Amino acid sequence: MSSYYLSQQVQEIKPSGIRKFFDLASKMENVISLGVGEPDFVTPWSVIEASYHSLEQGYTAYTANAGLFELREEISYYLENNFDVTYSPESQILVTVGGSQAIDLSLRAIIDPGDEVIIVEPCFVAYSPIVSLAGGVPVTVSATNDNAFKITAEQIEQAITKRTKAIILCSPNNPTGAVLSKEDLTSIAAVVRKHDLLVISDEIYAELSYDDKAPSVASINGMKERTIVVTGFSKAFAMTGWRLGYTVGPEKIIQAMLKIHQYTMMCAPTMAQHGALEALRNGSESVQEMKTSYRQRRNFVVKALNEMGLSCHLPGGAFYVFPSIKATGMSSEEFAQRLLEEERVAVVPGDVFGESGEGYIRCSYATSIKQLDQAMKRMSRFVEKYTK
Amino acid sequence: MEQKEIELLKLLEKNGRIDTNTISKMIDVEPDKVEEMIANLEKEHAILGYSTLVDWSNVYEYEGVAALIDVKVTPVRGVGFDKIASRIYRFPEVKAVYLMSGAYDLSVSVEGKTMMEVSRFVSEKLSTLDTVISTTTHFILKKYKHDGIILNDDEDNDKRIMVSP
Repeated sequence: MSSYYLSQQVQEIKPSGIRKFFDLASKMENVISLGVGEPDFVTPWSVIEASYHSLEQGYTAYTANAGLFELREEISYYLENNFDVTYSPESQILVTVGGSQAIDLSLRAIIDPGDEVIIVEPCFVAYSPIVSLAGGVPVTVSATNDNAFKITAEQIEQAITKRTKAIILCSPNNPTGAVLSKEDLTSIAAVVRKHDLLVISDEIYAELSYDDKAPSVASINGMKERTIVVTGFSKAFAMTGWRLGYTVGPEKIIQAMLKIHQYTMMCAPTMAQHGALEALRNGSESVQEMKTSYRQRRNFVVKALNEMGLSCHLPGGAFYVFPSIKATGMSSEEFAQRLLEEERVAVVPGDVFGESGEGYIRCSYATSIKQLDQAMKRMSRFVEKYTK
Repeated sequence: MEQKEIELLKLLEKNGRIDTNTISKMIDVEPDKVEEMIANLEKEHAILGYSTLVDWSNVYEYEGVAALIDVKVTPVRGVGFDKIASRIYRFPEVKAVYLMSGAYDLSVSVEGKTMMEVSRFVSEKLSTLDTVISTTTHFILKKYKHDGIILNDDEDNDKRIMVSP
């Protein structure tokens, strides 16, 4: 069999463009990577210690499918205190294996074959493939530099058809760092309600906003009953490798997601759940310290990039800057490849996050200031060489 | 401005060699203004100096020992512990002196080239001071963490994969 028994669906999915840069960069020496999509901090020690302790105590069995009840209770307090949204730990909170599983479950729970899901690009590389795998049709709209990479309600409305079921939003955004304000979300919400759609709101970077707080879509009037929030511990608590996320939303939808989860995953890792419990109970000080450090590094990188002629906005959140490289006349991919080969700095070409990312690169500033300083010097030399 | 001053102090406390331009970008204050802030903080004695944390155990052919000494003293009417503390902290061997709550009064950190040298300081200089009642000397065998820095840490070893979504 020429297709090696693979399904049509899987064959049609393109491998991520990030993979290619990973392969290139990992073969080279002396590379400074601004291509890493995760914190440079190690998980706060008290979280690691709590997880150790749970293992020592013998907590090595399954938990309830929806996750430890204590953890769901803490999530409920946390969301109420920090994002003004209330969810019942009994029926509206589901602990998942990373935010990624939550995205997968939400889409599988709501999509019938042929349903359309609007995806705002540039965005996290997994949305579109997950929609396809769930049998849906991804429909992309482009946030542009002119509007600081914030999508507008009008743009979304233009993409709506009879088959549209949901829209995926991500604020603060990966890869642009853009944060949708309460006003932005209110006008998007009006369109969503008018067309009776759902929002899948990826709020994994919600804690990491540096100027104004990033509001939850669910906190907007009339949106709680039509929003599935997917988020987790990875970014704010520096817990990417723990693979622990959660999702909250309307009871009927969360229960449907739970049904898929109990058959396909059983439950999220128990030791990770015990760590997360400690993160929510005593981790906020560590989060604040990390936030201060990210904010300082963001300011540093944005100034340095603008000075060297790669113009960029001051992104409100996450840990990415998305500068334009149009001044060099190169494509994103060419820029990234040559920068890596000539100056040993790894960045991710913007077009891997969607067509509208062409002409931009994603630089992660979750790297020590010493490394960032060195990277900016190398990039500045590179840019000077090609913009004459 | 006070918030920025605290940010500036924390950056300098972590890395005394960080340059003005980097600080300027990080805390979003013009370089001239950063210099001015530092000068003011020095004048106000908020900044006392810029030292380097050396792990002498990694320096070949350097011998040194350190000890923490619990000192019990008789406080003196009118000046309390300050007078005796000042008699102790003036010795160059003494690196730190703290007034403590609890079972003893002063905690004195002493450094010397050999154990003999430190012992001699304690027996000849420290314990013979008028108001000193007793001393208990603890030699430091190994330093694991000092001033917030883990010694022999592999912190620079980035354990993340090179490029990720």
